Amino acid sequence: MKNVKNMVEAEGLTKNYGELVAVDHIDLKVTGGEIFGFLGPNGAGKTTTVRMLTGIIRPTQGRVHIAGFDLLRDPIKAKEVMGVVPELSNAYNELSAWKNLQLMADLYGVPAKDAKGRAEELLVRFGLHDRKDHKTKTFSKGMKQRLVIAMSLMSDPEILFLDEPTSGLDVMSARMIKDVLQELNNRGKTIFLTTHYMEEANQLCNRVAIINHGKIAAIAPPETLKARMGGLGRVEVSFTAHVDSSDLRRISGVTAVKVSGDKTYLYTDEPGTTIQHLVDYCRSGGIEIVTLNTLTPTLEDVFIKLVRDGMGAEDGVEVVTNGS
Amino acid sequence: MVPEIRNQMRRAFAIARKDIRIYYLKGPVIIFGVLSPSFLFLAFMIGRNLPVDFLIAGLLGMTIFFTSTSVTPVIAPTETQTRNLERLAAAPVSITTILIGDMLASVLFGVLISLVPILLGVMFGVGVAHPLVLAVAIVLAAFCFSAMGLVFSSTPTSMTSTVMMMSTMIKFPLVFLSGVFIPIQDLPAWGQALASISPLTYITDLCRYCFQGAGANYYSVPLNICALVVFLVIFMVAAVKLHERSLPMRL
Repeated sequence: MKNVKNMVEAEGLTKNYGELVAVDHIDLKVTGGEIFGFLGPNGAGKTTTVRMLTGIIRPTQGRVHIAGFDLLRDPIKAKEVMGVVPELSNAYNELSAWKNLQLMADLYGVPAKDAKGRAEELLVRFGLHDRKDHKTKTFSKGMKQRLVIAMSLMSDPEILFLDEPTSGLDVMSARMIKDVLQELNNRGKTIFLTTHYMEEANQLCNRVAIINHGKIAAIAPPETLKARMGGLGRVEVSFTAHVDSSDLRRISGVTAVKVSGDKTYLYTDEPGTTIQHLVDYCRSGGIEIVTLNTLTPTLEDVFIKLVRDGMGAEDGVEVVTNGS
Repeated sequence: MVPEIRNQMRRAFAIARKDIRIYYLKGPVIIFGVLSPSFLFLAFMIGRNLPVDFLIAGLLGMTIFFTSTSVTPVIAPTETQTRNLERLAAAPVSITTILIGDMLASVLFGVLISLVPILLGVMFGVGVAHPLVLAVAIVLAAFCFSAMGLVFSSTPTSMTSTVMMMSTMIKFPLVFLSGVFIPIQDLPAWGQALASISPLTYITDLCRYCFQGAGANYYSVPLNICALVVFLVIFMVAAVKLHERSLPMRL
């Protein structure tokens, strides 16, 4: 492997399907050793981008370098350093777990003496060892997905691409996969994670990119993204009696009010000031407060705001393509 | 460059092993490989007074043809449907490597099943006059027909029935054009011209030479071998080009 800082570099990556521009001039840089989250609504171009980055499909325009290897000019070397977990698990159903792992070892040129040990180790790690000689078609969805991830790790890749790895899985399988990703990252592996689960991205990722309508809307660490995005801070309050939300909207610093069940959410960029004014308002009106909490914006809030409002770099969300 | 080719060949063998395990080591596939040409052959043999060595030569040609083109056409559509093709597309293997892997499995199947008519011939007292030429001819024909099967499989579909229908439409007429049932020398001029564009003609002619001895063949042995090599190259180049075009449509 070449000694490079960025494990993934994409420039002007574009994919057209006839008139449809599925991915529109994307620039991305993923630094070695980071977990990079790739988020977006359905149909935003996530899977198409991942397929271009992994050499499964050719871009209409643009360049991709994986660990310094040009994916279009030197696809074999570029693919040798990556492991790929596609959106839908695709182990060979007619082969056993063991045979699937050995096939991967053969396809990635893993020496036979290493392949056996690595397969044993992965089967144990993913809780599949007692089923290693069973055909994959007898496996549950969670077991198949764990096997597909194990298959992608047979070559001990420097970078791992995962497209929705925990989608539709039971809690235990999803937890196991997240733990493995964290372990791999602790060993210095780079992970490119496409996911719909905001909490997963928030917990695991050093940086996230949000793609919408084939364009990158934002790239930043999750906390930076939350801090930069205005208007998502909230004060959660519940009262003993009904309070007219139009009165609450007049409180200084409140930009919006939403009522959900017995809770009222006051959206504000200045939660401290808002709480002071809210307490004053309640005192003067003889209203009793049951609970009062300050909520920071979640990654999901940021995601929804960016996607719903169609925001991006031009709207004040800084797009940083490199560095953690 | 050489180590890279060696690596790709090793990976092609891995794909071939996978194909054998998944597609070939199945009872129905083996039974089809043996019985299908036999039934067709019997249908034309019964009631006709033809020498056994002539019939065995035709049966052998047909067996290699049917077995080597039987499974390769369905691998790509099947793996499109099961999404295993995406797995191969993400692996460090070229399209040529994938196709060579599919071809190697098919060749092995074709060569092994071809032993059935040879043994049948031995049972009927038909000896092999030129065993070395026969071995070369069988292997070469298995490569040639397997590559032909790869051309069929390049149709960008996940429906195996579509591919099978197309391949059957081409394969059956070739059987009647290729001197299997009627010697080429007995065909009219237009029949001989048509026979010359079928690869099955050349393996059948070589089988006649090997079983019936010199004089039974219509074309010379070198010409037959050259023709099979030319067809192999044409089919393989066409298969690689067509699969390069159709693979993105499958994914």
